[in-house]
Amino acid sequence: MGKRQGAAELTAVGIGKTFGDFHALRDISLTIGSGEFLTLLGPSGSGKSTFLMILAGFEEATSGTLKKDGVDITRVPAEKRAFGMVFQGYALFPHMTVEQNIAFPLQVQGRAPGEIKILVDDMIDRVGLRGHEKKRPAGLSGGQQQRVALARALVFEPAVLLLDEPFSALDKNLRVSMQEEVRRLHQELGTTFVFVTHDQSEALALSTRIGIFNHGHLQQLDTPKQVYERPANRFVAEFLGDVNILPLSEAQATGHGGEAVFEGRPIRLIAPGEAVTKQFAIRPEHMVLSEKAPDDGNMLQAEIEGVTYLGSETRFALKTLGGTPIVLQMPTREVSAGFEPGRMVWAGWPATQGFFVGS
Amino acid sequence: MSERMKPALLFGPLVLFLCLAYFVPFLGVMQWSVTLPEPGVGQYVKAVSDPLIISVFIRTFRICLIVTILSIAAAYCIAYIWVRGTPMQRLAMEICILIPFWISILTRAFGWVALLTNRGLINTWLQQIGIISEPLTLVRNEFGVVLGMTHFLIPFAVFPIASAMRSLDERVLMAARGMGATRLRTFWAIFVPMTLPGVLGAGIIVFVFALGFFITPAILGGGRSVMIAELIYLRLFQSPDWGLGAAMSVILMLIVAGLLALMMRYARPKSMLR
Repeated sequence: MGKRQGAAELTAVGIGKTFGDFHALRDISLTIGSGEFLTLLGPSGSGKSTFLMILAGFEEATSGTLKKDGVDITRVPAEKRAFGMVFQGYALFPHMTVEQNIAFPLQVQGRAPGEIKILVDDMIDRVGLRGHEKKRPAGLSGGQQQRVALARALVFEPAVLLLDEPFSALDKNLRVSMQEEVRRLHQELGTTFVFVTHDQSEALALSTRIGIFNHGHLQQLDTPKQVYERPANRFVAEFLGDVNILPLSEAQATGHGGEAVFEGRPIRLIAPGEAVTKQFAIRPEHMVLSEKAPDDGNMLQAEIEGVTYLGSETRFALKTLGGTPIVLQMPTREVSAGFEPGRMVWAGWPATQGFFVGS
Repeated sequence: MSERMKPALLFGPLVLFLCLAYFVPFLGVMQWSVTLPEPGVGQYVKAVSDPLIISVFIRTFRICLIVTILSIAAAYCIAYIWVRGTPMQRLAMEICILIPFWISILTRAFGWVALLTNRGLINTWLQQIGIISEPLTLVRNEFGVVLGMTHFLIPFAVFPIASAMRSLDERVLMAARGMGATRLRTFWAIFVPMTLPGVLGAGIIVFVFALGFFITPAILGGGRSVMIAELIYLRLFQSPDWGLGAAMSVILMLIVAGLLALMMRYARPKSMLR
């Protein structure tokens, strides 16, 4: 089985969904490219799962249209769309063995028994379930059940695979290895993947693009690097990880970025096209701590208030001369012995890091 | 009093009550079965060799089996609508299930007689609209007994089945539909097998309950379709044959205990999934 032919492109135009007075989704428009790995990310209640259910056909949009390869499928029911779907909690058929679970979608399609056996066998090997074929789901570990769910959703070569928080029940180590597995399957099969999660690091690690939802709105849709380093707004910036917000006394745009003043110190940003605001944001791990003022780039003098050892990383709580609290995180091996609470130090970052945010 | 003893305080009175009200008297019944009219197992030999008693046992099992199948079939439909219907349908089902519970078994048996006798509502009506010329024999036979018992037992089958349907994860059904399975296929391939443990449990409850039925067969069978409980009553209270009645009681008790053991073993929802 090589790359599959059938990966589809999905286009949503102005999709809205209301439950009574509650607007779960407002005017969502986006295109999910053929073969893409798109993640829908957001806090619970942001509308991301509702949007996935609309893509799957289990929920009907209140407004807007949904197209698959240009064909309107807004009113096509789930069973006619036949997208692969991996549910939260896996939703395996408890009365069927692993083999029977994986064979079910093929039987529904009326494939020949010989063909079903070949495809099921191939899928069992792909997801590493050899030796467990005759077990029922209750006899499997969480990770194995997850693999059955993936195999069952992929075996009939759907044009789109939808995954609804598939790893939320797994512990951290297993989650990381399942992420690897999903990424490998995506590369091998070339199917369009749409993945819902509330886990930022999962989204950043897996996706070709991330769509960030909040209060039913699509906040930003871009590559992991862009949403992390150039977030469209403060919500996106804060949702994707820790961020220090520095209130600015002056700020103006230059041709290739912006120049600002924070607590009497100049801050320079080189980022063409960046909209300049009165707040500058810098992520904790983009700053470096040093005992002397750096030779170039942006810098702030601050006092160490607390040190937290996190293993490979160390986290510092700092307070600027003007009293603004700042968090800084750097690799533990680069931490000097003298970085202890009470010490005055310099926090520096290059002019290419950071971004302006609205309030 | 230690912490460990506190639960005993809660269930202790129930255990005591069951001992005094059921277990001790049952020991007495067992004693009669091997002492009256003379010591020995003669009454058991008689109970399993007397053609009349055997035929009543067989009839009892036949009626109970038919009643169980009919009750389960009806209860499955009712439970399905009760659990998965629209709010109005659910309300309608709740009323249909609960109201019969408030009417005494005796009233219901006589209610059926009033409906089913030769000059009852059904025969009169059928004759008036000219479908039949002679009244149908609907009561004082096995048909009447089966009808009355099924009507009484349906609600008892609804509850375990509805509980199995309620505990079913909706996403499993969505998963099947998402793979292209029609509603009908999802129902037969996923929904029915997953609710089967509830059906088995309900089946055994209804069957065991039906085995001991006395009033309904006595009234609707009219002495022509005697079941085992009625026969035991006749042996104990109408012919002074306490030993034989007691032996039949013990045999019935053993059958019920065996069926309950079977239910504990196989009809627990999780045992299906292991």
